[in-house]
Amino acid sequence: MRTRYSEDEVAVRDAFLDFFANECPTSTVRAAAEGSGFDPALWSSLAAMGAPGMALPESLGGAGAALTDLAVVADVAGAHLAPVPLIEHAVTARALTRAGGHDDLVAELAEGSTLATLALRPPTGDTARLVPAGAVADVLLHHCDGVTSISRGNAPSAKLPNTADLPLAHRVISDPTAIDLDADGWNRTVDEWRALTAVAYVGLAKRAIEIGVAYTKERIQFGVLIGTFQALQHGFADAATSVEGAHLLAQRAVWALETNQPGASRLAGMALLFAAESARFAADRSVQYHGGYGFSEEYDIQLYHRHATAWILQLGDPAAEYARLADAEFGPVKGAA
Amino acid sequence: MDFSFPPEVEAFRTEVKAFLAENFDESMLDVTHDGTMHVPELHAALAAEGWLAGPVPKELGGGGRTALESIVLNEEMQLARAPIDAMGVTVITAAILMEHGSDHLKETVVPALLNGEALTSFGYTEPESGSDVAAATTKAVKDGDEWVINGAKMWTTMAHIADYVILLTRTDPDVPKHKGLTFFLVPFDSPGIEIQPVPTMATERSNATFYDDVRLSDDWRVGEVNGGWAVMKTALKYERGVAGGQFMSPPVIDAGIDWATNHERADGTRPIDDPAVRERLIRAQIDVEVCRGFAYHCADLANEGAMFGVEGSMTKLFASETFKRHCREIHDMMGAEGLVTLESPEAHRGGLIEEALRHSPVTAIYGGTSEINRNMVAEGFLGLPRAR
Ligand SMILES: Cc1cc2nc3c(=O)[nH]c(=O)nc-3n(C[C@H](O)[C@H](O)[C@H](O)COP(=O)(O)OP(=O)(O)OC[C@H]3O[C@@H](n4cnc5c(N)ncnc54)[C@H](O)[C@@H]3O)c2cc1C
Repeated sequence: MRTRYSEDEVAVRDAFLDFFANECPTSTVRAAAEGSGFDPALWSSLAAMGAPGMALPESLGGAGAALTDLAVVADVAGAHLAPVPLIEHAVTARALTRAGGHDDLVAELAEGSTLATLALRPPTGDTARLVPAGAVADVLLHHCDGVTSISRGNAPSAKLPNTADLPLAHRVISDPTAIDLDADGWNRTVDEWRALTAVAYVGLAKRAIEIGVAYTKERIQFGVLIGTFQALQHGFADAATSVEGAHLLAQRAVWALETNQPGASRLAGMALLFAAESARFAADRSVQYHGGYGFSEEYDIQLYHRHATAWILQLGDPAAEYARLADAEFGPVKGAA
Repeated sequence: MDFSFPPEVEAFRTEVKAFLAENFDESMLDVTHDGTMHVPELHAALAAEGWLAGPVPKELGGGGRTALESIVLNEEMQLARAPIDAMGVTVITAAILMEHGSDHLKETVVPALLNGEALTSFGYTEPESGSDVAAATTKAVKDGDEWVINGAKMWTTMAHIADYVILLTRTDPDVPKHKGLTFFLVPFDSPGIEIQPVPTMATERSNATFYDDVRLSDDWRVGEVNGGWAVMKTALKYERGVAGGQFMSPPVIDAGIDWATNHERADGTRPIDDPAVRERLIRAQIDVEVCRGFAYHCADLANEGAMFGVEGSMTKLFASETFKRHCREIHDMMGAEGLVTLESPEAHRGGLIEEALRHSPVTAIYGGTSEINRNMVAEGFLGLPRAR
């Protein structure tokens, strides 16, 4: 039992904390938002750090690290709202690795020279709508009726303007090639996305609270620091408690996937829902305790609010995720088709 | 990160499950319906296993159980609905006496606590001081070789079945409040003590206790004169490993799922097929997993010998606030049927859900209110300036 980062994990975290602090200030996030929602320079620096291939086998050019190590990076990337599709790319590359027979492609993905993503929701007809990183990815993994396929040929299409300026775009699927990944293998891929996105949400949420707390230690009203008002303190305390709980749950979900625990998929689903809700609550409290400035574009906290809203919706309505977990736990709804 | 238990702890969990299957079932809970959260047979069986003082180090006469083993015992007992209150009081009092008690107390009282023959209670709270526990005014004054105690305590739970109370007193009113406190272990058969019942909105009862010229020899003092706050810290340290509340919700949720699956509403539909009910139950299950994460985290920290406070505050805050919500939502789901109390044979599952609903508010009050815990998180975790 080790519910804190190990020494090795702390070393990874510290290295990437430095990296993102230098390479990804919020000005980078804002600049990316003006364009595709992706920062190619940040991606190549991140690739130089080995992040894209971290949790891929050494034989395919990866670093052979565990999903729990990749989660450390996802945590820090989330805290910086990094405009790079690290999670989508990594879980897609891991899916191709499990399917087998795509060694050359996986090697390119490990290197980061080719960018991959996945359609989290099944395509309708020949179009996958609002694909995460759809505006920038070279390779698209998708799943429909038990068949998982990749498409390489078609170029990325334009980003649709969206809540958090993510690189979301529709992708027309022209040249699907089926790969050897059944429904379970696909679910596993989406579960990895859920668990890592939960971890990223925790990073986002912790930072949102830090930003808010720092502000309330500077702003004076009624002659005192607003941080001395118990109403604000208790809102932050509830948010921090929820986020700490989300952190422990998200890390446990990643560990459970890595070590193939029986309840891993359930934990991954739970972790994403709880982390998203905690992060939205934390961002909401932080915006609220900034007063009007929190609403202004100039202040960073609004970025956190918008990203907290957006990430989980790439998968769909949270209510559908609760329903999915309920079906697994209680069986399908009686009388439902 | 590694959330697995070492094999010896997994083996201990198996042992605990077998123990509970043999020594406890829900029918024994009837004895709690006079308001006393105590099952004597279970307490005796726990003592026989040497589990009552599990987390106290072996050198001090305890079971030498690790914090991970303690949380596993705690978890399995709560999942089985076995009351943990008496065990908690016993562990904490025994630990306090072993660390701070006189030889007399270590030789006479501690063995009786550990073999389950004697019970104690906590006497911290007073009519005029609760959250501000260090403001206690119950007086202890030295008279020759003896101490004379005068005052009143509120919420001395289990006093009516206990042999002792661990009493927080004021020995110096002229210094800052934390510095003039002294602890005593007071036998309830001492002349001058009165115990009055305090019925509550739930089925449990507590007590008000009164101390009128109660005379004790110095052997009954616990810790230094005016060193009461250090004793309090020992109490808090052991509360981490054993004091429960992280797994209050699962039995209520299970009973709720049982109800939702096996009952039809007037329109012939089952609650479990209602998407709103399903989402609420899944949210509750998620909260349970969050509580489990907190519980294991606290145990991991304690196991590493780390002193911690805010993690305990977060755990208590989250577990009790979500427990209240789970009880409310699951009770609502039953509609009018949920109102039937345990006295009626018609009550679902012995009235478990209704009883939990009425009990739930106190979980956010005793052992540090939610507001006090939020203060601790704000100051201790977030570094916000002191508000008061
Ligand atoms: C059933 C039951 C059993 C109990 N058993 C025991 C026992 O065995 N032994 C024992 O010693 N005690 C026991 N207690 C007492 C319990 O610990 C206290 O009730 C608790 O600490 C709160 O104190 P209080 O009731 O005096 O409320 P108060 O301290 O008067 O609080 C009233 C309200 O003010 C809020 N408040 C107080 N201070 C602050 C602050 N600084 N910031 C924000 N809000 C604040 C509180 O959160 C609460 O909402 C028991 C209580 C109950 C109800």
